[in-house]
Amino acid sequence: MQRRRVVVTGLGTVNPLAHNVDDFWAALLEGRSGAAPITLFDSSRLDVKFAAEVKDFDSTAYLPRKEARRFDRSTMLFWAATQQAVADAGISYEDGEPGAERAGVVCGTGIGGIGTTQDQMDVLAERGPSRVSPLAIPMIMSNQAAGAVSIGFHLAGPSTCTVTACAASANAIGDAAEIIRRGVADVMVAGGMEGSVTEFAMAGFNSMKALSTRNEDPTAASRPFDRDRDGFLLGEGAGALILEEYEHARERGADIYGEFVGYGMSADAYHITLPRPGGGGAARAMQAALDDAGVDPVDVDYINAHGTSTPANDVTETLAIKSVFGDHARSLAVSSTKSMTGHMLGGAGAVEAVIALKTVSEGVIPPTINYTTPDPECDLDYVPNEPREAPVSTALSNSFGFGGHNVSLLFRSLRATT
Amino acid sequence: MDRATIESKLVDLLVDELGLERDDISMEARFEEDLDVDSLGVVELLMALEDNFDVKIPDEEAEKITTVGEAAELVSQKLNA
Repeated sequence: MQRRRVVVTGLGTVNPLAHNVDDFWAALLEGRSGAAPITLFDSSRLDVKFAAEVKDFDSTAYLPRKEARRFDRSTMLFWAATQQAVADAGISYEDGEPGAERAGVVCGTGIGGIGTTQDQMDVLAERGPSRVSPLAIPMIMSNQAAGAVSIGFHLAGPSTCTVTACAASANAIGDAAEIIRRGVADVMVAGGMEGSVTEFAMAGFNSMKALSTRNEDPTAASRPFDRDRDGFLLGEGAGALILEEYEHARERGADIYGEFVGYGMSADAYHITLPRPGGGGAARAMQAALDDAGVDPVDVDYINAHGTSTPANDVTETLAIKSVFGDHARSLAVSSTKSMTGHMLGGAGAVEAVIALKTVSEGVIPPTINYTTPDPECDLDYVPNEPREAPVSTALSNSFGFGGHNVSLLFRSLRATT
Repeated sequence: MDRATIESKLVDLLVDELGLERDDISMEARFEEDLDVDSLGVVELLMALEDNFDVKIPDEEAEKITTVGEAAELVSQKLNA
């Protein structure tokens, strides 16, 4: 029996560059940075005082205040992205409708409601246990967003959550596609988010020496593959995709961005935060995605890199790409859009999947900005500083998470697959 | 504190703390059926009442409240006890 095919029929995002896909795409092609001094809290105690925040986010544009205030910021970001993706796909369900049992959600996040955790821990310390909010637990739990989307959009099929750090929402997309392939559902909301620009999270990442400390020039801080990179730019944001079984999409005449063709996963099995030197784990994830799709490495046109701008990741990922693609590694385009968005952690995979699908449907590759000084150890074509028009029929998106989780997603244009 | 002041402060709390629409609120309005305030919302309201009126409301008394007016009455009793 032929495997059920999965296509993408809706996209949504809220991120440091924009509050919708069209504005986001325009910002990426302009090469704009989302970095700025922190506004969400008083950063005076921190060493690093900038981040890539979602700017001027008004939750009441998406929900009445009565409901919005019961969501952690991270949940609210995913809700907003989902609302856009659902509208884009033109699909909706009533409560209890039979088709709704064939629709579900997989939402990934690194940590869920860390902002609420910090707020309520402060309440506990300052005012005691009797003043901890009854909403604290539902807002903190990492699956709040999956639950909220299932409830709000009446999705009564599979509803679950992936929590694999910076690979989380890439896992969510892959897992959701597998659910459709297995025949359990026809439509899945898939993606994820992070809302962790908080003092506590920044302090933790800073203590790990993971963050760029370029306080004097925040927009130049995220410089993946550049020799002078010094750590990642913390971002926040959400991405949501509507994955749909191909025939289901065709029957209702849906517009299709592209086909989800490959899901690759591996573990470094090496260290809780450092990538395995040599990039063997990352390479196996990319190879697994190609194998899943039955796609030849030479057919890949573009890789949206994990590209965090940390000294370790960018070298390791470069080595991994070279080991999988051989000579073709020099002719394909690789860019890190984290140079603009910052690292949205659990939301990164989904937002970058949105980008991969846009490159496939638009034929333009967004650049790696802030690329000024080549690193001899990073010697691929990183699409430096300027977007590039190029036909992209097949795009790979990498996401690697603390814990050694490696995920690669492969998307193709329908013209390449049919 | 007179009853009118309690009621007006209570309405402000329902708007500010629970995000309810001011126009939906009356003294007769039932929390669950009319205002869609669930059990978690009721706990939030009780915390807000205790904090803002500086009273203690035991759980067994709180459980008897079903309308906005009953909440105002309970606060009034506590303040005048």
